[in-house]
Amino acid sequence: MNLSNNQKQSFSRRSFLKTSALASGGMLISFNLFTACKSDIKPPVDISQLNFNDFNAFIKISDEGKVTIFSPNPEIGQGVKTSMPMLIAEELDVSWEDVYVEQGKLDTKNYTRQVAGGSQSVRFGWEPLRQTGATAKQMLINAAAAKWGVSASECTASQGVITNSQGEKLGYGDVVKEAALLEVPEEVKLKDPKDFTIIGKNISNVDIDKIITGKPLFGLDYKAEGMVYASVLRPPVFGQVLESFDDTETRAVGGVVDVVKFGNKIAVLAVNTWTAMKGKKALKAEWKQDSKPESTALHDAELFKILNGNKFDTRRKDGNVKKAFAEADKVLERVYESPFLPHNCMEPMNFYADVTSEKIHLVGPIQTPAGTAGRVANLLERDEKDVLLEMTRMGGGFGRRLYGDFVLEAAEISSLAKKPVKVVFSREDDMTAGTYRPAIKYKIAASIKDKKVTGYHLKEACINDNMYGLIPHFFPAGAVENYQVDTANYKSNITTGAWRAPYTNFLASAEQSFFDELAEVLEVDRVQLHLDLLENVKNNPEPNVEYSPERLQGVLKKVVDKSNWGKTEADVYQGLAVYYCHNTHVAEVADIVMENGNPVVKKVTCVVDCGIVVNPLGALNQIKGGIIDGIGHALYGELTFQDGKPQSNNFNTYQLIRMGQTPPEVDVHFIENNLAPTGLGEPTLPPIGGAVANAIYKATGKRLTKQPYLSNMDVEKVIG
Amino acid sequence: MATFSLEINKKTHTVDADADTPLLWVLRDQIDLVGTKFGCGVGMCGACTVHLDGTAMRSCLLPVSQAEGKQITTIEGLSEDGSHPVQEAWKEIDVPQCGYCQSGQIMTASAFLDQNSNPSNTEIRDAMHGNICRCASYNSIEKAVKVAAEKIR
Ligand code: FES
Ligand code: FES
Repeated sequence: MNLSNNQKQSFSRRSFLKTSALASGGMLISFNLFTACKSDIKPPVDISQLNFNDFNAFIKISDEGKVTIFSPNPEIGQGVKTSMPMLIAEELDVSWEDVYVEQGKLDTKNYTRQVAGGSQSVRFGWEPLRQTGATAKQMLINAAAAKWGVSASECTASQGVITNSQGEKLGYGDVVKEAALLEVPEEVKLKDPKDFTIIGKNISNVDIDKIITGKPLFGLDYKAEGMVYASVLRPPVFGQVLESFDDTETRAVGGVVDVVKFGNKIAVLAVNTWTAMKGKKALKAEWKQDSKPESTALHDAELFKILNGNKFDTRRKDGNVKKAFAEADKVLERVYESPFLPHNCMEPMNFYADVTSEKIHLVGPIQTPAGTAGRVANLLERDEKDVLLEMTRMGGGFGRRLYGDFVLEAAEISSLAKKPVKVVFSREDDMTAGTYRPAIKYKIAASIKDKKVTGYHLKEACINDNMYGLIPHFFPAGAVENYQVDTANYKSNITTGAWRAPYTNFLASAEQSFFDELAEVLEVDRVQLHLDLLENVKNNPEPNVEYSPERLQGVLKKVVDKSNWGKTEADVYQGLAVYYCHNTHVAEVADIVMENGNPVVKKVTCVVDCGIVVNPLGALNQIKGGIIDGIGHALYGELTFQDGKPQSNNFNTYQLIRMGQTPPEVDVHFIENNLAPTGLGEPTLPPIGGAVANAIYKATGKRLTKQPYLSNMDVEKVIG
Repeated sequence: MATFSLEINKKTHTVDADADTPLLWVLRDQIDLVGTKFGCGVGMCGACTVHLDGTAMRSCLLPVSQAEGKQITTIEGLSEDGSHPVQEAWKEIDVPQCGYCQSGQIMTASAFLDQNSNPSNTEIRDAMHGNICRCASYNSIEKAVKVAAEKIR
C-alpha cells in the first residue's frame, strides 16, 4: 500500500464526521474512532466499506486555537494514546505543543468495537485519523477564505495559522465559529510524507508528567464516594467448587463490612484493601473437586499423545508432504515444548463497580470495554444502555485485560452488596486465577532431497485453544512445495487465553531453532538458507502468504550487516532469527557469552520493517521492551501445576527478568520506507527466543528445545 | 486499631489503623497518596518503594507502627513539581511504557543516587535489581539513571 495511491482515495466524509459549534466558544469535531479503525478489515483499508454512524472521539478547537483530542483509546503501555493523536495533529497542522490529549468518558452504546491489543491500533487508524485531521483543517481554511472573500485554494494552513495569497493571517481560533457551521468537504488531500512535521518525530508519552509525579491514573488509583474494597476468595485448585464456608472470624476483623458469596467465590468487603485481604485470610472454606485436578505431568503426557497420534485438523496443505517425506534422502524432526505462562501485569487485576437500580457504573483497566459491558448487562439481566464504562490507564495488558472476569466479579459483588465496590486482586490472586498462555508443543519435520528442502510439516498440540490464527500463511508457507500445518488440542479445566503476541510467542522460537538446525544438516549457511527459501516464495506464482518475502529478505540482510554477523570476538556467540507477525517484519541477532555455565545475553541487534515510524521514541520503547520481555520469558518463564494448583503465586516463586539480566545494549535499526505503519507492541517478542537458543547452541553445542531454557540446561535456577 | 502520627512529605498526618497495616495501604487508601504502587506485597518488585529518612524502603512490608517518627517521602513529595533530577531524566529519556512501576523505580534511583552520584554500570544494575518492570523498560531506566547522575553531580 503506497501512500501516493492513498492520497487519491476519497470517501464520503459526511457520514464519517460531524462538526458543531460549542456554546462555550470553539468547534467540536466528532467522529468514530473505533469504527474508523475497525480491525477486521484488511489493508489496504477500503474506507467506503466503513460505516461511521456513531461518534465516540472528539476534537475540540477552542477560540484560542488550542486543540484537545478526546481519545477513548485505552493505554496499556503501547503508546497509542500518544501516537494516534499524532496522526490527527499532523494533518490538522497544528503544533504538538498546542495539543492536549484527554481520555474520553465512555458511553458503551456508542462503542461497537473497541479493543486494545494486536498491535493494530496505529495500523488501522493510519488512514481515518489523518483524514479526520485533514478534513478539519480544510473546513478551517474554507471559513477563513469566506471571511477574506477569496477562494480557499489561495489559502494555506500550517502550525494552526491560515495564510492567504496577500500574506494575511488568521489563527484557527479566529475562524472556529464559522468553520463549525460549514459543510463537511467531500474530498481532502493528505500530506506527502516528506512534509510531515509531527509523524516521525520523537514525542514523549502524553501522560509522562502524571506518571513521574505519581498522579492517580490507573484503575487501582480510582476512588469514589462510599466505595468499599473487596478481596475475593476463589477456588484454590482448578476444577474445584465451593461447598461451604465459615466467615465468623472474618466478620470479627475490625473494618470488614460484609461477606458476600457469589457463585464459587466469596468476597470480603472492607473499609480498605489491607483489611479486605486480612478478612479473606480468615475465611474458612471447604472445596469439592468437581472435575479432574490436572498436573503438568499430565499435560505433557497428553500433548505428546496428540503429537504422536493422527487426529489433527489440517490448517493448510500444499502439495503432498507424505510423498515428499517418503522420497526424502533425509528427514529432520524435532519437538519443541513450552510451559504455561501467567501475564503478571504489574498492576494486578482490579475494577470498580457501582450497580444501582438506575445504572451500572464501571471504572477500571480493561482492553475490551464494549464486550465486557455487554457481558455485565447480561449477567445482571439489565439493559446494556444502563452501563457506563470508563477506562483508566492500564498497568500493563499483555492480553490479560482482554478478559473481563474481574469486571463481572466487581459488578456482581456490588449488585449483591448494594454498594460501590472496588475488587482488588493480590499478586497471589492475579497469578493463580489467571487466564494463562497455554502449554504448547510443536513437532516440526522437514524432508531433504538432493540438498533441497522438499517438505515441511508442522504439528501443534496445545492446551485448550489452538494457536492457528494466521499461522498457516506465515513463513515457510509458500517457500516449500510440500507444506502442511496440523493442529489438535487437549481440553483442560485451567483457564487459558491470549498472551502478548498470541499464536506466535512460542512458535517463532521453535521454528527459528528448527531452521538453524536445518541449515546445519543441509550444510548451508543459515542466512543463505533463509534468503533462498524466500526466493522460492518470490518465484511461486501463487504463494498465498501473509508476509512479504522481499521485506523479510530486507530485514535479514540488514541485520547481518548491523550485527557484524559471524565477525564477533572470541567467546561471544551469535544466534539469529527472522520473523514476520502482526504485520511487521523483524530480524534479530542475539550475542551471548557464557558466565559460570550460564548464558548471558550481552547485546541484541534488531532490524524492524514496520513501514513509517510514527513516533520513534515510542517505537524504540516497544521494540526493546518486546525483546527483553521475550528473553525473560524464554529463559525463565514457567508456571507448573500440581493437582490442579499453580506452583508459583508471587515474584518470590516466579522469575521475571530484572535489570541485571537484561542485555545492556539493544541496537535497533529501521527499514526506511513510505509504507503504511504496522504494529510494534508484539512482533519483536516471538523471534528472540529462537535467536537466544541458536546462540546457546553455538556456545555449548546443545540444541535447546524446551522453554524455559534455563531450567532445561542443567544450570541452577535462582529466583530474584 | 491505634492512632499513628506520620511525617509524610513534610506534613503531619494522623491516621487510625491496625498496627500491622503496611505503610503502603495507609498511604494509598487512607491518605490518598496513590503514587506508591502495589505490585506484590512481599518485597519482591519495588513498586511500593518510598524513602524512610532518605533510605529506599519497601512500604508493602513496613508496618505503619514502625514508620512513626521517621521522615517519609513518597513520589508525590520527591519534588514540588516533578523537577527532581531523576524525574527530569525520566522525562528526557521518556522511560515509561505502561508507567505502573515507574514511581517505584524513581524512588529507588533517587535514594541510590543520593548515596552515590557517580555510579558504575554494575552499581546501577545492582541498585535497581529489586525493581521489576514488566514492560521491560530496563534499557531506558538504566540510561535515565546515568543521565540523572550527571544532573546531580
Ligand atoms: S509491592 Fe512492595 S515490593 Fe512489591
Ligand atoms: S513501565 Fe510497565 S511495568 Fe514498568
